[in-house]
Amino acid sequence: MTTPAVDWVAIARHPRFQELHQRKSRFLWGLMAFSVIYYFLLPIGAVYWVDLFRKQVWGPVNVGLLFALSEFVVAWGIAFIYSRHASRRFDAMAREIAHAAQGSV
Amino acid sequence: MARQVMAAMAALAVSPGAFAFTGGAVPERFGGMTLGVFAAIIALTMYVTWLAAKRVKSAQQFYAAGRSISGLQNGWAIAGDYLSAASFLGIAGLISLYGYDGFMYSVGWLVAYITVLLVIAEPCRNIGKYTLGDILAYRNHYKTAKVLAAASTITVSTIYLTAQMVGGGVLVKTLIGIDYEVSVVVVGVLMLAYVVFGGMVATTWVQIIKAVLLVIASIVLVVFTWAPYGFSLPGFLEAVVADPKVHAQVAKVLGGDGGMTATELGQRFLEPGLYLKNPIDQISLGMALVLGTAGLPHILMRFFTVPNAHQARISVIWAMGIIGGFYVLTLIIGNGAALNVGAATIASFDRGGNLAAPLLAQFIGGGSESALGNFFLAFVAAVAFATIVAVVAGLVLASASAMSHDIWVGVVKGEHATPAEEVRAARISAIAIGAIAIAIGILAKGQNVAHLVGLAFAVAASSNLPCILLTLYWKRCNTGGILLGMTVGTVAAVVLVLVSPNMSYPKIEREAAQQVIEAAPAKIASLEAALAGAVDEAARRQADSALKDAQVALTTAQTTVQSLEGKLTSLVGLESPLISLRNPGIYSIPLGFLCVILGSLLWRRDRHARDKWDELYVRQNTGIGAEQASQH
Repeated sequence: MTTPAVDWVAIARHPRFQELHQRKSRFLWGLMAFSVIYYFLLPIGAVYWVDLFRKQVWGPVNVGLLFALSEFVVAWGIAFIYSRHASRRFDAMAREIAHAAQGSV
Repeated sequence: MARQVMAAMAALAVSPGAFAFTGGAVPERFGGMTLGVFAAIIALTMYVTWLAAKRVKSAQQFYAAGRSISGLQNGWAIAGDYLSAASFLGIAGLISLYGYDGFMYSVGWLVAYITVLLVIAEPCRNIGKYTLGDILAYRNHYKTAKVLAAASTITVSTIYLTAQMVGGGVLVKTLIGIDYEVSVVVVGVLMLAYVVFGGMVATTWVQIIKAVLLVIASIVLVVFTWAPYGFSLPGFLEAVVADPKVHAQVAKVLGGDGGMTATELGQRFLEPGLYLKNPIDQISLGMALVLGTAGLPHILMRFFTVPNAHQARISVIWAMGIIGGFYVLTLIIGNGAALNVGAATIASFDRGGNLAAPLLAQFIGGGSESALGNFFLAFVAAVAFATIVAVVAGLVLASASAMSHDIWVGVVKGEHATPAEEVRAARISAIAIGAIAIAIGILAKGQNVAHLVGLAFAVAASSNLPCILLTLYWKRCNTGGILLGMTVGTVAAVVLVLVSPNMSYPKIEREAAQQVIEAAPAKIASLEAALAGAVDEAARRQADSALKDAQVALTTAQTTVQSLEGKLTSLVGLESPLISLRNPGIYSIPLGFLCVILGSLLWRRDRHARDKWDELYVRQNTGIGAEQASQH
């Protein structure tokens, strides 16, 4: 266990950590905002854009049904994008910071 | 000892004498086969529990399965924990009765996991140990945070649990005719066996088994339902919108065909507005789902079972794939039930439509008289039963952990308990919570519990989530914030539901029933005249079914008036609801956040919360010092 010996304040002020924090915050809250807005368009649209939702595009399949299905695709897409980005960028940066911190004590 | 008790309970659970068939969707002569399917699934989960019980010796094994569950396994377990009977049977039922709106309703349940994935799972894995209390106590006043988190965990879990126990008991009775009380006790005893002997290890595997069975059942249903249409979506929906049963259902929901042609009525089934009418209520429910899931203690707890934050992330990705895929399948299952079984038949078994999927299973296997049809039905019923047990086990484990780890070990013993003492405390807590769950299940028989799942999400979103989120991401957050946020958030959500239209208002219900009774003689007379004057078979059948509906409505109204005799006000003494919203989230969630912020700003003395901020923030982002998996 390394917990007692770690200088948390020093890591928190380290430029590498600051960079991780900024990149992560921007990326995460951006994705979060997009997904919340995209989700609430569905119940709002079902009430206020009824004519659009009723438009048939593929036999009986209408815009509303396609939009609801797109919610699933968008949710999976966000999960995929986040997971790939986090595994490639954030994990490496976090490992590097952890390694440096634990090596220095 | 453990083995003997479990063997005895398994014997009780599968002995035919414990069950009394009194009807249900399964014909009596197929009762033996149904029991066989149930016994096979219960035996499988018992075997897993027996294997798990040998491993569970430390607190880390009991609460967190030794942090040795892989991301893939945990993803299936999350799906098993989350897909309660309400979403498994309820959403297919809503689609079968109300078409598009039912499907739209399912979307929020998946989108909820984006919140879990992006801002909750990994930080919680990095700084947490076993419970919500561990996260909140990290930088806030230890005892205050632990007591608040435990109280909230037990409140949310008990609300959710009541919905599962009561809803599950009713469901099992409708499906296979087992007495309500017997089903509640069997669910309770089985769930206790998993939790007490196998802790998190057994609970996880029971949830995985249930999720796998659920997905298999859904895929079989979809393949059989969809194959006749060459797996074409427009081709399949073409058949749905052309079906007279669907036309009749739409006309019934709209209170008349409104001059629409049959084609228009059919297409209307795939358009919004048959079920969900108030957009504000929809947004309110959406907020509770999207923010509440991340604050459900039994879901949160699942992230402590994986070895690290990376596996926590992978588990959410898998869970989203399984849960989302399942909801897409319900589009075919629900519409397939509307097409093949028909809304009228589905609603005749259960007004909420919960039997849509089981009845569709019976149909695709060859109908209510065929052995294969009833085997399919029995399989779906057994999966529904396993669903209730698995979800309840997760809830009881979360509550028991809060009671033993946060209250007894944390607050009472000041963290000075040996691992053996802690495991014993957790087992005793589980038995206590389990006994309470069984008692609530029996006492709440006949109560309307449909709104309780929504309430659990609303409480979690209004109290737990603001506290977790601001503790993790806001430097100024402190003990004052979580004290005010937890209390006001919980109280606001509960009070808003108590004064909402979800409650029963005898005066209004009696007046409505009186109106039905007064109008009935004229209506019945006119329908009788229509029946007598029917020119062809179709008109005769239509008039006959309308007449039967009117007679049922009259009897129901008379029973309502009788049962409400002398009652004037709702549970909290109101003659009519104070608010029109069924879901409190739109008010209580912002209020919860506001209270955490206000409480933190007003609470000046919390130096500790500030001093710990750097440590918490570094740890949640880097995983330095995170709890490790146990060594084998």
